[in-house]
Amino acid sequence: MWRAVGFIAVLVSAQAQAQALVPYRIENGAIAQSLTGVKGDTAKGRAIVVERQKGLCLLCHSGPFPEERFQGDLAPSLVGTGSRLSEGEIRLRMVDSTKVNEKTIMPPYYKTEGLERVAANYKGKTLLSAQEIEDVIAFLVTLKDDTQK
Amino acid sequence: MNRLACLVLIIGTALPAVAQDARKSGFDFMGPDTQAMQKDDLANPGMLSVLEGEALWKANAGTSQKSCASCHGDAAQSMKGVAARYPAFDETTQAPLDLAGRILQCRTERQAAPAPQREGRELLALTSYVAHQSRDLPIAPPKDARLTAARAQGAALYSTRMGQLNFSCAQCHDDNAGGHLGAAPIPQSHPTGYPLYRLEWQALGSLQRRFRNCLSGMRAEPIAAGSQDAIALELFLMDRAAGMRLETPAVRP
Ligand code: HEC
Ligand code: HEC
Repeated sequence: MWRAVGFIAVLVSAQAQAQALVPYRIENGAIAQSLTGVKGDTAKGRAIVVERQKGLCLLCHSGPFPEERFQGDLAPSLVGTGSRLSEGEIRLRMVDSTKVNEKTIMPPYYKTEGLERVAANYKGKTLLSAQEIEDVIAFLVTLKDDTQK
Repeated sequence: MNRLACLVLIIGTALPAVAQDARKSGFDFMGPDTQAMQKDDLANPGMLSVLEGEALWKANAGTSQKSCASCHGDAAQSMKGVAARYPAFDETTQAPLDLAGRILQCRTERQAAPAPQREGRELLALTSYVAHQSRDLPIAPPKDARLTAARAQGAALYSTRMGQLNFSCAQCHDDNAGGHLGAAPIPQSHPTGYPLYRLEWQALGSLQRRFRNCLSGMRAEPIAAGSQDAIALELFLMDRAAGMRLETPAVRP
């Protein structure tokens, strides 16, 4: 929740991830290669997606999370992501959505350059680590159109 | 020109008789309970600060042993409409100045009193008392060409992506106003109610405190109260809200 938890708690849960970014290649609207080579953990991925201070996803998206109240309505539902997009396409959208849509509001989860006025305690840090991104992808590919809402 | 203004123009041309305005105050995005709290002076917690400001207005202060009233008389007369036309160009510093900055200047230079804290209780109370004298008046930004550059700087800031989350103010408040960020409805960010009482803060706060809130949510560098950037942003927002009515002290969730 933006008001009660979002803006404030987000600050407290800053994750230190000030390491060099893993290089990646964008081809045909996708990043085909895993960022880490380690298979993502579906359960961890789901936890990141629903955790407001970490993934922030539900500030904007809704999804098949009946236990979660107050899901945002600024973005498409995550239901069916795995049917609409390939793993590589999801990876590109997680790493830097502006590469798909320059004007998108979706934050770049794996980017440290080309950002302005970043608060000191977040400078040089990515929103999620490379492995956390792989976890989220592993979860999102399981969201098929027939997933229970 | 901003999108909202364009929209107003387009609607205005299509339906000249109706003179529609797509702009809405944060008030219109609140639930009926919070709206009722704002409208009832006895229930509105911001009125306590207004009363405190009234007492300060009348009290002698500083080595001058003068009160605000010694120079300005009855605020209901002399301060009516003032908040509606701030920030304004300040001749002494040759820079734009916001209302709180003007009061601070009077306190230190004219009353020769210790400088109140920028976001402290005393200055907030005085500012809310002065702004309250403009309640229900339309925002009327000065047509002073010396403000143009700062206003443009504010407009540029408003549409610049900032912070680790890479959001601009405009992305939320123009493109996604009316939507929900988690549970919170996104208002159009009109500076109609300040200083205002926020239930979340459990206190009266300034517009510039609101900027800091949004910026910290964006994980962006804060903009210091009273800085040129803050005043520029305020100038832009007041211009964007020209003609909308002031509500001080408003209540917000
Ligand atoms: C501030 C808003 C915001 C946040 C936070 C956000 N997204 Fe998005 N996301 C969007 C928007 C808007 C789109 C629509 C596409 C566009 O704008 O380019 C989108 C698109 C997507 C898509 C592509 C959907 C499709 O069917 O094409 C995926 C997958 C996605 N987001 C996953 C996530 C995940 C996972 C998170 C959190 C780790 C997240 N998003 C956080 C706003 C957001
Ligand atoms: C990701 C979304 C988002 C961004 C970016 C954002 N805001 Fe906000 N803003 C909000 C929300 C949500 C609220 C309402 C908070 C509430 O009521 O709980 C708000 C409230 C406001 C208000 C209060 C309006 C009122 O009626 O009192 C102002 C003013 C404002 N924002 C200005 C800004 C400025 C200036 C920026 C950029 C520096 C900005 N915002 C960036 C989401 C955002």
